[in-house]
Amino acid sequence: MTTRLAAMIAFAMPTAVLAAPVAANALPTDPLDSPMWEFHAQRLFGKAHVVFDHAVRVHIPVVAENQRVFPVTVDARALPGVERIVIFADLNPIPVAIDYTTLTSAPFVATRIKLDQRTPVRAAVLTHDGVWHLAGQWIDAAGGGCSAPPVSRVKGDWADHLGEARAAAWSEGSGQTRLRMTFRHPMDTGLVENIAAYNIERLTIRDTDGTVLGQMSVNGSVAEDPAFTVMVRNGGHPIAFVAADSAGLKFTGAATAGALRMASVDP
Amino acid sequence: MILSRRAVLGSSAALLGSAIARAQTFAGSYQPRAELVADGIWLVRGVDEPINFANGGAIANIAIIATDDGPVLFDSGVSLAHGQALAALAFKVTGRPVTRVLISHLHPDHALGAAAFPAQIIHAVPATRADLERDAEGFSDAMYRLLSGWMKGTALVLPQGDLGNGPLTIGGRELQLLALNGHSQSDLALLDAATGTLITGDLVFHNRAPATPHADLAHWQAALDHLETIPHRLLLPGHGPPDPADEAISQTREWLAWVDASLRQSVASGLDMTEAGEVPIPARFAALKFARYELQRSVSHFFPAIETELLPKTAP
Repeated sequence: MTTRLAAMIAFAMPTAVLAAPVAANALPTDPLDSPMWEFHAQRLFGKAHVVFDHAVRVHIPVVAENQRVFPVTVDARALPGVERIVIFADLNPIPVAIDYTTLTSAPFVATRIKLDQRTPVRAAVLTHDGVWHLAGQWIDAAGGGCSAPPVSRVKGDWADHLGEARAAAWSEGSGQTRLRMTFRHPMDTGLVENIAAYNIERLTIRDTDGTVLGQMSVNGSVAEDPAFTVMVRNGGHPIAFVAADSAGLKFTGAATAGALRMASVDP
Repeated sequence: MILSRRAVLGSSAALLGSAIARAQTFAGSYQPRAELVADGIWLVRGVDEPINFANGGAIANIAIIATDDGPVLFDSGVSLAHGQALAALAFKVTGRPVTRVLISHLHPDHALGAAAFPAQIIHAVPATRADLERDAEGFSDAMYRLLSGWMKGTALVLPQGDLGNGPLTIGGRELQLLALNGHSQSDLALLDAATGTLITGDLVFHNRAPATPHADLAHWQAALDHLETIPHRLLLPGHGPPDPADEAISQTREWLAWVDASLRQSVASGLDMTEAGEVPIPARFAALKFARYELQRSVSHFFPAIETELLPKTAP
């Protein structure tokens, strides 16, 4: 069972850093006591120093009301020198959901993932000094988040809306702009009978002059019709983004903080 | 088929708290208690909690209504054993076996106890039967996952008799049925003419935050508008204590209105779902148990659709 799961995970982890395994005793004891901790830690972090760190805040709801769409927000703004944020769920068949290289952006990211069963949900945050800072929680979930067909596949309208992007941006003060992006995409995991893997693979966020503000690898364990929130620092200029999927299609959009005209909102 | 079942599994997975140390002990036995609240009407209070192993899923309020033909049960509990315990309790307080079971809506804490009764005495609005035909198998899976031994022997029994809006007399007792919707696609309430007792099912929650897994908030508000026009002396909500002071309808209305406005405001402010579930809950809802929990469930039910409605489409 473990072997099969391990094989699936190794196969389904294109964005993970593959490093030489190190002795298990080099790793700190997992406060979540996950059966997959050493396996994932060796593959994701290699020989790097790993610490469990309360400065990394992983926000999840108290209940996995919908195992197909489970929101996760990671806020590592209390940590200086962040380079990457990886969100993963130990017991998902596709454990890594996103791998976000923050570049000049603030270390904050929110998305929605699938849960295939009860699992730890974690963030691993890499800082300049090569240390991985981890935090996470267990969440209970009914089965099938990764192995039931997406809603749009069942309804049959996925192709009609493929790549439709929505976005808006809000100024957060201190030079930060909150950028929220959503895409229509089936995000097929490849684990559903007769439906090949098909997902958004890469999301790139740019300033008007083309400077890359942040870049994200995205896997099939991100929920259908994915949503992403990031916090860029570009002086309030217009922001452009492009999502590329595993069929080579590109979906683009743009947003400017403060220029938003919302549809009717009645607070 | 697989889809609807999985979706149901998720939407009903109302588990709270640390899942790590969820030691599976043996199920206990249901010990429902009947409280006489009006002439010939007993309320069997559910625990004001989410469904979990400790409470055996006995969270919905059940009403026992005495008639000359025997007691009528308004809702059936969550499992075979729960339905059997309610039947025994109804026999104890009225001296007669249950003559009719009315199922208010599809949710498992109200409907799956039907397993304890012959199908021909179980009645519901046809739309509720259709809901159960579609979702009950998934609910049953979810309940077995959460409640394990408590669910032993619980098979799906669909209501056979049809109910509709209007008067219904059982054993000389005049009931006014109200076929509404909004908490789910079909919600039954009833007014007992003799005592003026309004039994609302889950259209009304009292001092317990309303749950929204199959809700249409606009329809729900319309149903509450209708219930408010019906003169009554006492209201028995689907969850929470009886309401003699006429506050539960407006409390339910205000919570639903706030949830809708709050989620819209969250989307308009650029918040993510986790953040929308962490906003402060106004002090006026301090009496509502499990407010945070139900807010976070409602975020899951409504947020993506509101986002599609409010976030502008973007062009490169």
